[in-house]
Amino acid sequence: MQKYECIPCGYIYDPEEGDPESGIEPGTPFEELPDDWTCPLCGVGKEDFEPVEE
Amino acid sequence: MTPHFKAQKVVDNIYWVGAIDWKLRDFHGYETQRGTTYNAYLIISDKIALIDTVKAAYKQELIQRISSVIDPQKIDYIISNHAETDHSGSLIDMIKLIKPEKVFATAKGVEALKAHYHHDEEITAVGEGDDLKLGSITLKFFETRMLHWPDSMVTYVPERELLFSQDAFGLHLATNERFEEDVPQWIVDFEAAKYYANILMPYSTLIPKTLDKLSTLPIKIFANDHGPIWRKNIGRIIELYKKWSAQPYTMKAVITYRTMWGSTEKMAMAIAEGLSEGGVSVKMMPLNSTHRSDIVTEVLDAGAFFVGSPTLNKNMFPAVADLLYYIKGLAPKNLIGDAFGSYGWADGVVEEIRGILSGMKVELVNDSPMSAKYVPDEKVLQDCFEMGKKTAKMLAAKISG
Repeated sequence: MQKYECIPCGYIYDPEEGDPESGIEPGTPFEELPDDWTCPLCGVGKEDFEPVEE
Repeated sequence: MTPHFKAQKVVDNIYWVGAIDWKLRDFHGYETQRGTTYNAYLIISDKIALIDTVKAAYKQELIQRISSVIDPQKIDYIISNHAETDHSGSLIDMIKLIKPEKVFATAKGVEALKAHYHHDEEITAVGEGDDLKLGSITLKFFETRMLHWPDSMVTYVPERELLFSQDAFGLHLATNERFEEDVPQWIVDFEAAKYYANILMPYSTLIPKTLDKLSTLPIKIFANDHGPIWRKNIGRIIELYKKWSAQPYTMKAVITYRTMWGSTEKMAMAIAEGLSEGGVSVKMMPLNSTHRSDIVTEVLDAGAFFVGSPTLNKNMFPAVADLLYYIKGLAPKNLIGDAFGSYGWADGVVEEIRGILSGMKVELVNDSPMSAKYVPDEKVLQDCFEMGKKTAKMLAAKISG
């Protein structure tokens, strides 16, 4: 699944890991994250993320 | 002019050339009752490097301390570990004065410095694990993103087993003792905890990963960016960072409140008595006389957190809102707690605070809000007392379980 990087801080959202601390189950694609989800590291919104090229 | 600000040797080839800010009391909203230092370091080898600079107003102190060792214009490289202005405020002026061969920061640092100073001088990006050979001394760079800004990095000197740890392991303490072991331990531990709570706490999930990464390097010295350098007791500060980042439940409660005519205070006292009876250590922190940064410091190693507010013009008391807004951003972990307070005719503030506490993942002790109309009667005070006792039981269960 496509990983996304937080542009301000560099956090990588990995859908396989999800974000359990914010109640996001492992296996959740980035596109299905709720609109009010924010970067667990620095707090910016989804619009500040870009796909990671691998 | 004979410089009276002198460099102080840290180890062979490495000197402290920072500045002492004896009078600082407000570090962006964090009360620094003992002032601070802005640490910068000079490394003398075949090539000469400067690690970080100081807050702009202290530039002359930096230049004089460097000049006590060498002519500043002999510096070949400047390394910016962190773009925050207390460490970069003199950077552009120093580049103009020194005209170094190169200036280094992380890629995020290059961006952040540009967004601060809008300068034309070139800064070169370094990445994780990059080396810079100075001769007999090598600098190795490691990124520490969001510890505590996106640009943050640390610089390691393998030949001296020394880490320029930037804001990590720092403390706001103005002192002319350059080493931590020369300062009374209770002051060091308090100020290091206060620094962790007010600066690093939001990034607690990153700390164990960073400590693991650093544990692969032999390190004898943490040359930090604020306060005295760690040399004799590195193990102690690492253990403290492990504890502070984990924030395990403890039998300690912080009660903070503001009162108008004494009603909310009576409730605070009753909760404290209940906690006491249950064997919980209580830290009572009235907001009229306690700074928010000290409350957060006490919450760092607490297991329970209670917030009391009277209702003023349908809203919570402003000082309570200030504290909640501040502590919410710092995101302490593993707390149980609740809100309490009195009102006259418009109830709702206690429930509002409970909502904020829940949003901070504080597990609420009671099912319904602990509020009192005007002045708490015996029944309300007994309920407060029982809430304290119940909290003690919940904490004991968390700790044993």
